[in-house]
Amino acid sequence: MIRLKETSAIAQLRLPTLADCTLRVLPPVRITSIAPYPGQVEALRARLGGFPAPGGVVTLQGTDLVWAGRDLAFAFGDDLPDGLAAHCSMSDQSDGWCGFALQGAGAQALLARRLPFDLRKMASPGSARSVMDHLPVLVLRRASDRFEIWVWRSMVQSALAHI
Amino acid sequence: MRLPCPCCGWRDLREFTYKGAADMLHRPALDDASGWDDHLHNRTNPAGETRDLWYHDPCGTWVCVTRDTVSHAVISGATLGEAR
Repeated sequence: MIRLKETSAIAQLRLPTLADCTLRVLPPVRITSIAPYPGQVEALRARLGGFPAPGGVVTLQGTDLVWAGRDLAFAFGDDLPDGLAAHCSMSDQSDGWCGFALQGAGAQALLARRLPFDLRKMASPGSARSVMDHLPVLVLRRASDRFEIWVWRSMVQSALAHI
Repeated sequence: MRLPCPCCGWRDLREFTYKGAADMLHRPALDDASGWDDHLHNRTNPAGETRDLWYHDPCGTWVCVTRDTVSHAVISGATLGEAR
C-alpha cells in the first residue's frame, strides 16, 4: 500500500524575514472540531477532563482543547477519549488548516498591525477568532511573546502576504 | 465603531455583518396578514435607543446590539437567546 507523506501546505513557501521575530511553519497536527449538542457541555467537560470557555485553552495529556467559536472547540492532538459521540458532533479538520508560529519580543506589536482586536487583553494561554484583513483566522497565544496563527489552507499564501 | 460580542468582548466593526432591526426576532402568527405586512416591510426607525442584529463572523454568534442613533453610543450586546 502506498503511504503518503504528510507535509504542510506551506512547506514549500518562502517565509518572510521579520526584524525581531521568527516565523516558522508548524508541523501538521490532527485537529478535531468538537461541537457539543445542546445541554451537553457539562457531560462533555466531565468526559474530556475540561472544555474551554470563550477565549480559553485547556491542556490535557497530549491534546490541547482550544475555544474556536460559539459552542465549538478544536482539539489539537491525537488523544481523545472514546464515547464522545453521544455528547457532541465531531469532524476531522486536520488538512483544512495550516499554522504559523510567530515568536519574538515584537510579536504582539507586529500582529497588532494585522488583527483588529486588542492583543494586550488576550490571555496567555488563550484563543481568539478574528480576521486578518479578510481572512478568517484562529489565533492562539502560547506565551506572552509566542503566537500561533491558524488559517484555512486555501488562504495560506494570502496570510503570508499579510504577515 | 466597536460592538460587544457576548463571547469575544468588544470587537471592531469589520468583524461583523449587519442583518437588520431586532423586530425580526418576533414573528407574527401565521394567519395575521397585517402583522406580516408590518414584519416584512415596516420599521420604526427610532431617533434614540434602538436594537438591531449583527453577526460576529469569526466566532459565529448572532448579537442583538442596543445602541443610540442620536449619540452614536453603543450600549450593550446580548445573544439572541437572552434578547428574546
